[in-house]
Amino acid sequence: MRETTSILPLTLADVTWAVDGRTLLTVAAAEIHKGRRTVVLGPNGAGKTLFLKLCHGLIRPTAGRVAFSGSGGDARAPKRHAMVFQKPVMLRRSVQGNLRHALGLAGVGFFDRRRQVPAILAEFGLAELAGRPARVLSGGEQQRLAIARAAAVRPELLFLDEPASALDPTATRQIEELLLRLHGEGLTWVMTTHDLAQARRLADDVLFFHGGRLLEAAPAATFFTAPRTEEARAFLESRLFW
Amino acid sequence: MDGGATLTTMTASLIRAVDPAFLGIVLISLKVTLTAVGCAGLVGFPLGAALALGRFPGRSLLIVVTNAFMGLPPVVAGLAVFLLLSRSGPFGGLGLLFTPGAMMVAQFVLVLPIIVALTRQTIEDLWLEYRDQLTSMGADRLRAIPTLLWDARFSLVTTLLAGLGRASAEVGAILIVGGNIAGFTRTMTTAIALETSKGDLPLALGLGAVLMSLTFAINGLAYAVSRLGARYAG
Amino acid sequence: MLRRSVLTAALALALLPAVAVAEERTITVASTTSTLDSGLFGHILPIFEAKTGIKVRVVAQGTGQALDTGRRGDADVVFVHARAQELKFVEEGFATKRLPVMYNDFVIVGPAADPAGIAGSKDVAAALKTIAEKKVPFVSRGDKSGTHLAEVALWKVAGLDLAAIRGEWYREVGQGMGAALNTAGAMGAYTLSDRATWIAFKNKGDLKIAVEGDKRLFNQYGVMLVNPAKFPTVKVADGQAFIDWLVSAEGQGVISTYQIEGKQLFFPNAGDPNA
Repeated sequence: MRETTSILPLTLADVTWAVDGRTLLTVAAAEIHKGRRTVVLGPNGAGKTLFLKLCHGLIRPTAGRVAFSGSGGDARAPKRHAMVFQKPVMLRRSVQGNLRHALGLAGVGFFDRRRQVPAILAEFGLAELAGRPARVLSGGEQQRLAIARAAAVRPELLFLDEPASALDPTATRQIEELLLRLHGEGLTWVMTTHDLAQARRLADDVLFFHGGRLLEAAPAATFFTAPRTEEARAFLESRLFW
Repeated sequence: MDGGATLTTMTASLIRAVDPAFLGIVLISLKVTLTAVGCAGLVGFPLGAALALGRFPGRSLLIVVTNAFMGLPPVVAGLAVFLLLSRSGPFGGLGLLFTPGAMMVAQFVLVLPIIVALTRQTIEDLWLEYRDQLTSMGADRLRAIPTLLWDARFSLVTTLLAGLGRASAEVGAILIVGGNIAGFTRTMTTAIALETSKGDLPLALGLGAVLMSLTFAINGLAYAVSRLGARYAG
Repeated sequence: MLRRSVLTAALALALLPAVAVAEERTITVASTTSTLDSGLFGHILPIFEAKTGIKVRVVAQGTGQALDTGRRGDADVVFVHARAQELKFVEEGFATKRLPVMYNDFVIVGPAADPAGIAGSKDVAAALKTIAEKKVPFVSRGDKSGTHLAEVALWKVAGLDLAAIRGEWYREVGQGMGAALNTAGAMGAYTLSDRATWIAFKNKGDLKIAVEGDKRLFNQYGVMLVNPAKFPTVKVADGQAFIDWLVSAEGQGVISTYQIEGKQLFFPNAGDPNA
């Protein structure tokens, strides 16, 4: 996808994140591999969002190491990896204005921006909405714009925080298809979800969090058939345990 | 006093007042106030945003000072500008005293703290909402300022209106630095002060009514525009 | 972005006229509230401006403040009414010459009910003494204006030490003549006013002239060009043109024709060497 060296795998080692001496997240060891669809799974409050923010560089680990390989070694260099938030902030401008702004922040020049935007709009099925104010779009449309905006800067790695949690089944299906297509085109992504069915549909690898700790990291097939921890078993068996 | 009779005299005074000289006063008022508020906006918006996002020693003190200066008495501002612009003062060479320019400077000084303080509050609140998103997209605090200002544009209209209210209602400062010169630096408020001192209270009241109507019109227009815009942009 | 630059351009345009107007032939005259509030300038300035093309900008202040405006070089001409202060101004070198222009007189006005019992008197000293003895409310300008200085001098003429006798009845408003008249009317107090402002004043209400016609109520106006040796920015030619016109036969004639309700407000006396 890029000629520059890959920033993957992303490696976390002995990472903790604490506020006022209270440890909110502990990750003994985890890796994000190139080309793998990683699903971060766990109930609400398990630490999934914190994990994404740590990986994306929005927060710095209190202890331990979050390291990209190669030239992406600086975890705070955001252009090689992007993030779609659970509640993405739609800028108070049009759909294409949102895309232009994202490209501008990524250092794309004024005229290049104008050239690239129509193609991106078409790619994500947003062409008809180009001039619409982003804030009046439906939830599904906003989520698609958020993904388009993050993917527009052509990152190698994309973090997605519960990208379909607020959507109806149709919109959820569309987002999942979009993510599978992007993966097929070479984008590596990591998404959080508390929806087991969605995790089963999408995951190559699973990172299971509970109570602010990474408890299991395993290929999806292994995790879903033979979870090692009691918490994971409980989560897998009790579908109400969101 | 009989209410009906007062109203009749007031209306008569108003009709008497609608002549070229009166229109001139309205135009000077608008020109001075809109220029002062416009310039204060151009300077105050980025300054307020910088204060909202900046991290430097003395920031808290600066915020307190700015907030305190929202209550700067107009006569004090007027006196300070007067001393600065006087021929015997440091900027006497500009020859600005007793000109509309001097009044713009005085109103600018009065309005700037309001705009800076209110902008800071608005941008700080918006930054809470936008912070992760903008940081994720690669914006540092400096680069975030124009984005936040543009996205806060409808709230900032209200900020401008607050400044406009202060400027258009003000008489103490512009009387001192403008001199209330007929046809040159006489504004609605200084004309009201003059007519009051001449004992022509109905005319003074009439001018006051015109000033209020103008203020209503400007505020109504701005409100409508910003509401429409806000509805459009969400 | 485009909208922002349009806004900037509009602001710049709005500023331009202010600069352009300043390039016209104009002079700034520091004068007193009485000449402005009475409407005299509204009467004579259009005639002068039509004749010479020089626009006169009048900043109306109390005499003391007007003289200070001249002392700071913020006016080209000072046109006030306090002979002693004017001569001091010349003495200090802020002007080289003072010319008498016109006079009118002061009057004591008070409530129609006349609580002090001084109405109709022609003796201002006796009237002030009565006011002080009966402690009837009296409004003083208290702003170092020509009228205020005249009032202070009159108390002295009446043989009274103002500092010693002043009490709650003596109220300083620290404002212009109009404001003082408004206050006196509202409080049922006496006050000293120049006749021109009094005649032109529209909110007389219950107020009437109580004392007039005393020679000691004489009120002389003088005019001076601010010394260009002190302030090179003074517009000598145009300022002098205004002064010359004021004391010329034509200017004096125009002053004498200014009337309100059939009454002449100012009496030209530029020819009087002792004025």
